[in-house]
Amino acid sequence: MKEHFSGTNQYVATRELSIAVNAAIALQKPLLIKGEPGTGKTLLAYEIAGALQKKLFTWHVKSTTTAQQGLYEYDAVSRLRDSQLGDGRIGDLDSYIKKGKLWEAFDADEQAVLLIDEIDKADIEFPNDLLQELDRMEFYCYELRRTISARHRPIVIITSNNEKELPDAFLRRCFFHYIRFPDKDTMEQIVKVHFPVLPQELMTKALSVFFSIRDVKALKKKPSTSELIDWIRLLLVSGVTEEDLTDLEALNELPPYIGSLLKNEQDTVLLTALKQKGKRPY
Amino acid sequence: MFLTFFLLLRQHGIPVTLSEYLTLLDALRSAIGVTSVTDFYALSKATLVKHEQHLDLFDRVFGEWYNGVEQQLREELPEIPPDWLKEALNRQLTDDEQAALTGMGGLDELWEKLRALLLEQDERHEGGNKWIGTGGTSPFGIQGQAQEGFRMDKTGKRNGNAVKIWEQRAYRNYADDVELSTRNMKMALRRLRILTREGIDNELDIDRTITETSRQGGLLDIQLRPSRKNQVKVLMLFDVGGSMDGHIELCNQLFSAARYQFKHLEFLYFHNCIYESLWQNNQSERGDGRRDRVPTRDVLNTYNREYKVIIVGDASMASYEITHARGSVEHYNEEAGIVWLDRFKAQYPHLVWLNPEIAGYWKYTHSIQLLREWCGNRMFPLTLNGIEQAMRCLKNPKITFDGN
Repeated sequence: MKEHFSGTNQYVATRELSIAVNAAIALQKPLLIKGEPGTGKTLLAYEIAGALQKKLFTWHVKSTTTAQQGLYEYDAVSRLRDSQLGDGRIGDLDSYIKKGKLWEAFDADEQAVLLIDEIDKADIEFPNDLLQELDRMEFYCYELRRTISARHRPIVIITSNNEKELPDAFLRRCFFHYIRFPDKDTMEQIVKVHFPVLPQELMTKALSVFFSIRDVKALKKKPSTSELIDWIRLLLVSGVTEEDLTDLEALNELPPYIGSLLKNEQDTVLLTALKQKGKRPY
Repeated sequence: MFLTFFLLLRQHGIPVTLSEYLTLLDALRSAIGVTSVTDFYALSKATLVKHEQHLDLFDRVFGEWYNGVEQQLREELPEIPPDWLKEALNRQLTDDEQAALTGMGGLDELWEKLRALLLEQDERHEGGNKWIGTGGTSPFGIQGQAQEGFRMDKTGKRNGNAVKIWEQRAYRNYADDVELSTRNMKMALRRLRILTREGIDNELDIDRTITETSRQGGLLDIQLRPSRKNQVKVLMLFDVGGSMDGHIELCNQLFSAARYQFKHLEFLYFHNCIYESLWQNNQSERGDGRRDRVPTRDVLNTYNREYKVIIVGDASMASYEITHARGSVEHYNEEAGIVWLDRFKAQYPHLVWLNPEIAGYWKYTHSIQLLREWCGNRMFPLTLNGIEQAMRCLKNPKITFDGN
């Protein structure tokens, strides 16, 4: 089993990212990942779990998620109902406690990877409620009157989209990495990982179209890595060749399947307008 | 050595704490395999920086610190090559390379040359055949073509990473982004919570369950009720343009803090004082953004008495803009500002004014005093404390601001 993470066949990790990941693993502290949407924040946890062959627990946070749900939920209503029916199980509290993702990760037989996805979606107090749990990797279960502590401290990956700011006390306990938008070389590597048989000319052409669209400053939402991958897949499926992409410049047309790159009709209108003005955005 | 770096970061206002520094030291001791400056840069960045807007500053401070350290290292290089280096070289070099090494005059000679060069050269160098740097045919540095020499970087990566990455300043953009620290403000705004039970039944009502169960003679009768949610309705009126330009940053913060804090929140804009129309959309270009005018009458009709009104403005203008008809500086207003303000006051019992101007200066501006009197001392300074008090005032109108 590998101890160090340095990217996988499907995931290109920069040196900085792997250092941050390895530091978080070695010191057993959570790793907070931020970055533009579509740069592979969530994917990172899956890849770490895959590369190090560890079990992955994912906890997707929503606006209504509370910290308690990650620990456990006590189903008092079922117990009350069972008591009415004279069910023999009611003495056994364990069967009315539903373990949350955090508990499951703590309970795993070997070190696991725990992904807390989009932590900023939850209530503003949410991270504070998890301070002790993530720091000491233990919590107290009131119903069972015992402390649950991790058998093996899990590798915790937390992603955030910056919708809400995280409290300082929480940040102090984490490692932090900001995934920058990949530059052209890294992007080429990433595309190659996904499409090993992509002809070089088409790749170069597609990337230049993609980066030129990103260069348009006024775009409301810039296309990201995952959108590029989708777009290239579409190009391949429909048999678009590099000549088709070259012709675009002469014909003042929008690239094919632009809908997979631009998700906002104002952006499409803007790009069309730029094209018709004769000024190529790329 | 690292302590100076830590102190330097603090000096430049990056909020690093002692525990983070200790974590960094722990990480260096652990077996992550930090072997080069580039790795150290990545590691320290992951440990010490927690906000992307600090990354650019971090890059610059790192550069400054590293230059200092480099200088120090040069002076500390010993007279003759250390034994471990000789041994390692002998083990790694092939016979051909050994022979070539003697071609340069042996290891000692080469070392001596390196020392001399280090003292002589004080800046980065690329190409060429003498200085230490990247590319080129000098025996020192990396990625060069000289037959023999020292590789000045231990990572073994030859993919062009040698340009110091912190010098690329790749995070500059994120530093420019207005990342507002609105957390404190959000916490203050949170005081304005009116929890009511509305909507679907999704919470167990224990008291009623017990009552109903007893009434059924012990047969369980579960009663549910809706959970409590914040149903407060807020109408915010922002003064824009003119004298408010100086407070734009503070108002932006308040704006972005408020946006996610209340479920029912409406924004409207005005200039200096409220007259017969307000506008919904504010873009900085004058004229263009103020197209979406809404008659104030409609506003009063649309939003009922339940709405809490927060007016944000510096209230600094000529007094006749408030008191006199045709007093507006911008247009012909049939009715005086105070008439419209009074209509607001009559409609909305819960109304506060937030003033970004420093409270101590309020008494020197006549219009501020006028409006303060008008809202019955419910004008609060736009500070954390002020916001908190204002939010309490919206729930309990007896709370007023009586500071000077």
